[in-house]
Amino acid sequence: MDVLVLGAGVSGHTAAAFLKRKLGKKHNVIVVSPGAYYQWIPSNIWVGVGRMTIDNVRFKLARIYRKWGIDFRQAKALSIHPEGDDSSSRGYVTIEYTSADQKGSNENVEYDYLVNATGPKLNFEKTPGLGPGNNTTVSVCSYDHAAHAWEELQKVIEKLKRGEKQKIVIGTGHAMATCQGAAFEYAMNISFELRKQKLLHLAEITWLTNEYEVGDFGMGGAFIKRGGYVTSTKIFAESVLAENNINWIKRAGVQKVDQGKIHYETLDGDYKTIEYDFAMLIPAFSGHGIGAFDRKGNDITSRLFAGNGLMLVDADYQTRPFEEWTIQDWPTTYQNPNYDNIYAAGIAFAPPHSISKPMKSRNGTDIFPTPPRTGMPSGVIGKVVAQNIAHRIRHQTDEHKHTASMGRMGAACIISVGYGIRKGMGATMTVSPIVQDWEKYPQWGRDLNATVGEIGLAGHWIKLFLHYMFLHKAKGYPFWWLLPE
Amino acid sequence: MENLNKIRGYKDEFYPPMPTKTTKHLRTNFLVQLYKFFRLNYKIMRIVIKGHS
Ligand SMILES: Cc1cc2nc3c(=O)[nH]c(=O)nc-3n(C[C@H](O)[C@H](O)[C@H](O)COP(=O)(O)OP(=O)(O)OC[C@H]3O[C@@H](n4cnc5c(N)ncnc54)[C@H](O)[C@@H]3O)c2cc1C
Repeated sequence: MDVLVLGAGVSGHTAAAFLKRKLGKKHNVIVVSPGAYYQWIPSNIWVGVGRMTIDNVRFKLARIYRKWGIDFRQAKALSIHPEGDDSSSRGYVTIEYTSADQKGSNENVEYDYLVNATGPKLNFEKTPGLGPGNNTTVSVCSYDHAAHAWEELQKVIEKLKRGEKQKIVIGTGHAMATCQGAAFEYAMNISFELRKQKLLHLAEITWLTNEYEVGDFGMGGAFIKRGGYVTSTKIFAESVLAENNINWIKRAGVQKVDQGKIHYETLDGDYKTIEYDFAMLIPAFSGHGIGAFDRKGNDITSRLFAGNGLMLVDADYQTRPFEEWTIQDWPTTYQNPNYDNIYAAGIAFAPPHSISKPMKSRNGTDIFPTPPRTGMPSGVIGKVVAQNIAHRIRHQTDEHKHTASMGRMGAACIISVGYGIRKGMGATMTVSPIVQDWEKYPQWGRDLNATVGEIGLAGHWIKLFLHYMFLHKAKGYPFWWLLPE
Repeated sequence: MENLNKIRGYKDEFYPPMPTKTTKHLRTNFLVQLYKFFRLNYKIMRIVIKGHS
């Protein structure tokens, strides 16, 4: 049998590794991904402040896949043909090579099982003027973006050293952007580095966010036990920002960026502008625009993908008001409802709805975060999808032995600054489950014993430890499969 | 010299709780942090394992 995995990020790489381990030499695992490298994205933050180089956070995929016996094609998926065509009824994916030697050439790759783990498209175009190369805004969403961000940040540091005041804006670059945790961490790192160089007093750092309250992080915030109280992450996040001399603007949907100016709308319906010398704003995420066609060549994209380009899975997509949402809306097997040999893992699956409460401005603009799917759930989903496919192949059954729901899974978010055993600091937040389960935990929505917020060196050690642990795992070093996702 | 707190007064960033000297000390105390390191790792491992079947 042939199992085709699209994408070699956190989710796809995990899925491919477990598929090969479970299926052995008897079956083929093929990975299609446009980049030559695997990147450990969370450490891009350190690249963005010059604490790590890009080679600390990436490695070449071809060598690892050769060692594992995985067939790697450096290419991007263009279209999915789940019913095959006139010549064969096997499903196939049309890919376009991106490697230097075959660049631009197309191929149809047949599969028996397909895993779509293509992650998010960084949709800078949704916000006019946003993105690297445009109006001096930067991004840290990939290692090359992060390296560019560091180049630009150094220019700001030089100006600060000359005594020139600088305005720095970090946050979300679209009214419905997600991944607040990453941007928050970058803001903290900039503040830490400037404080260390005694330049913080010259910098005006602003956290610009589409969250209703700071600390929402796209998951409706959380409650944690702190100092004898059950406290909201709003208090926790505001305290961290204030301590680091960062102001904040919340309930803001960025609409457009001009040179030195960010235009945004607030939930109150006001249109405002903030000036910047350096800005890192997370773009909107979407699917990659991969099309789907039936046997006769008719467009069936809507049978595979939601309107935002993310893949339909076993979620409950029926539109309901926020008050009626439950964890049962969230998928557990990540199988496409129309083609049972197609799965989506990681950010590539279409969530049933947001986790944060949807909010509209007075002018009717949606301003709230779409749901984050961080590294931990992305890895877990990749593994569960791989285990189920391997089980189906080996036992010739349709049974799904393994499940993973965002209404059961937890997530850890560690915001770490500085670098070194004694010199860093980390704010660790764990939540369980990611999507509030108001039936099981009627008071706080989550398990308070598993939901923590801690600040200290320990969090920084964990982040450093995770950096080396996950790269160890991703490189398939001894006992990699024992390490958690 | 400008009084930063006076300028901040009545702004959002004036109100959140700020760490005391003791809290800041505990954040970098090696033994306390070593304990927290293991405790947090345990919590993270528990949620990873509990989260899927
Ligand atoms: C700066 C930053 C910091 C972060 N920090 C943390 C953190 O501290 N903790 C945490 O848990 N999470 C963090 N995250 C989130 C985490 O990185 C994501 O949750 C995770 O990468 C999602 O995994 P994925 O496999 O779904 O997508 P990705 O990792 O983005 O992988 C997608 C893969 O698909 C490939 N691809 C794209 N298009 C195609 C195509 N057409 N055909 C084939 N392949 C394609 C891509 O090249 C890539 O290899 C951070 C994210 C960012 C941006």
